[in-house]
Amino acid sequence: MGKYLPFAKTVLKNLFSKPATTAYPFVPKEYPARSRGHVEIHIDDCIMCGMCMRSCPPGAIEVKRAENTWTINRFDCVQCGYCVEKCPKKCLSIVPGYQTPGDKKYIDSVVKPVVEEAPKAEAKENEKDA
Amino acid sequence: MPKRSIVPFGPQHPVLPEPIHLDLVLEDEKVIEAIPSIGYVHRGLESLVAKKDFNEMVYVTERICGICSFMHGMGYCMAVEQIMDVQVPRRAEYLRTIWAEMSRIHSHLLWLGLLADAFGFESLFMHSWRLREKILDMFEISTGGRVIFSVNKIGGVLKDMPKEMLTQFVAVLNDMEKELRETTSVFLDDFTVKSRLVGVGILTEDDAIRRGAVGPMMRASGIEVDMRKTGYAAYNEIDFEIMTSKDCDSYGRCQVRIGEIFQSIDIIRKAVAQIPDTELSVPVKGFPKGEAFVRLEQPRGEAFYYVRANGSKFLDRMRVRTPTFANLPSLTQTLQGCQFADVPLLILTIDPCISCTER
Amino acid sequence: MEEIQKDIYKIEKVELLPVIMEKKNDKWRLLQICCAFAEGKYEVTYSFAKGYEIRNYRLVVEKDEEVPSISRVYKAAIFYENEMKELFGLDVEFIKVDLGNKLYRIDANVPFLKEEDK
Repeated sequence: MGKYLPFAKTVLKNLFSKPATTAYPFVPKEYPARSRGHVEIHIDDCIMCGMCMRSCPPGAIEVKRAENTWTINRFDCVQCGYCVEKCPKKCLSIVPGYQTPGDKKYIDSVVKPVVEEAPKAEAKENEKDA
Repeated sequence: MPKRSIVPFGPQHPVLPEPIHLDLVLEDEKVIEAIPSIGYVHRGLESLVAKKDFNEMVYVTERICGICSFMHGMGYCMAVEQIMDVQVPRRAEYLRTIWAEMSRIHSHLLWLGLLADAFGFESLFMHSWRLREKILDMFEISTGGRVIFSVNKIGGVLKDMPKEMLTQFVAVLNDMEKELRETTSVFLDDFTVKSRLVGVGILTEDDAIRRGAVGPMMRASGIEVDMRKTGYAAYNEIDFEIMTSKDCDSYGRCQVRIGEIFQSIDIIRKAVAQIPDTELSVPVKGFPKGEAFVRLEQPRGEAFYYVRANGSKFLDRMRVRTPTFANLPSLTQTLQGCQFADVPLLILTIDPCISCTER
Repeated sequence: MEEIQKDIYKIEKVELLPVIMEKKNDKWRLLQICCAFAEGKYEVTYSFAKGYEIRNYRLVVEKDEEVPSISRVYKAAIFYENEMKELFGLDVEFIKVDLGNKLYRIDANVPFLKEEDK
């Protein structure tokens, strides 16, 4: 339509086409596989080295060696993925699914099962004795 | 002499997505002088170098701004790489180029939408943003984030785009190009739109140099300078022409930005066609020592990065001179003598990004 | 004037205005002014560009030494100089439009200087 009414074509097309938006809360959004939603840990492989804690830019991760816990404050996490990159055992991963809003902040804590830890502790004591 | 009055403009104003305050000195309806003051979203990210180590700073610099986030991370990485003398693999350079051009398309589409909104064309605004959404989806597929991408690291990039993904993106862009022609023709040809843009906010070539204008603002005044021509990343292997306009007004700026959208699509096509197959990053050992300046072309213009490192984990100084900061003097220049009703439009034509400006 | 790195020239305070005037007459544009505080001294870097060329001029001043303003030559310098003054506390003399600590509307006084340097 050139110089006059250049928008008319788009308007006509709009009249007869479906909306570009989705009915979001009723039709859930599908996230692509690479979507950086939240950090997950495969705790069995974790060696409690604390690299993730030291590398985290906002300081959301806390690793307590003595208590065998890996803790994350999901409200502080910015999903940058630097901990995933730094993890020497590759037990951290960043997966789709965003943190939902909440009425108060809470921290997620993962405890490493201590079954394997017992013989190691003994081994250390043995070393000391020797 | 007519009565002078001072009208405060902003920080809250329907046309401003971000807070900036201007004191407008008016003589009747005519603006005599405009004094900007910023600082409503000042976060002091530059001074975080004393607390975060130079690797973590990549993620901090990305968060300077939500629109040019990729290029901020890239500029900082390039500066540190220059100090440490790291040669980034070619594939990483090409991937950076593709992401950077995608950022340019989505930033310019965002700007077109806001411009349409500023002169009261609501549905054109919706259409520009509908097209922009496709680019954001492409970002989410390739990097995992729609706004903050976190794919840069010192020495390369973290994520790869496989061949199928790249060809799919090019197909989406080809479809988008047709729709874009329709939408952008409204900006360039429509009589009412033109009446708001042509001849408004003149910035002559001489003024642009004297006021240190950058980016599309400068190119719309007929100066042929585009930092991509300095050949950082993969731009030295990709051929493109610099978009300029001799109009020196708001219409010229609109023309330059629309031209750059199509040009970016073209650059992505060329980059995808000749992307080499190498590794994604090289390991970086040790700490940086020295200083480096890096200039790169962001959607809003030329950004300037300065990094001064002392050989320890923490940098001495990191400075980002963002394009909007450099365009502020040109804004005060164009505002002088304009009509009060044109003020929102003129603020928009520099493509203001206040979060960038204040860091 | 001595070249300390590629495209970075160290200048003395007396050389500043002649250098700036020379750039202005040659139609260079002011790229940026950057202030850094290192080893107890301020480093002020003036960057100019013409086309793709770039020149940086470095001025090193003591902590309580004042720096002449170039805002009367380059109007764009107004914002950079106000910024240096507010964030680093660098004493820039006679800025054309002195925004009086109001460019950034923040509470902190000279926030970019570390506590021990103040």
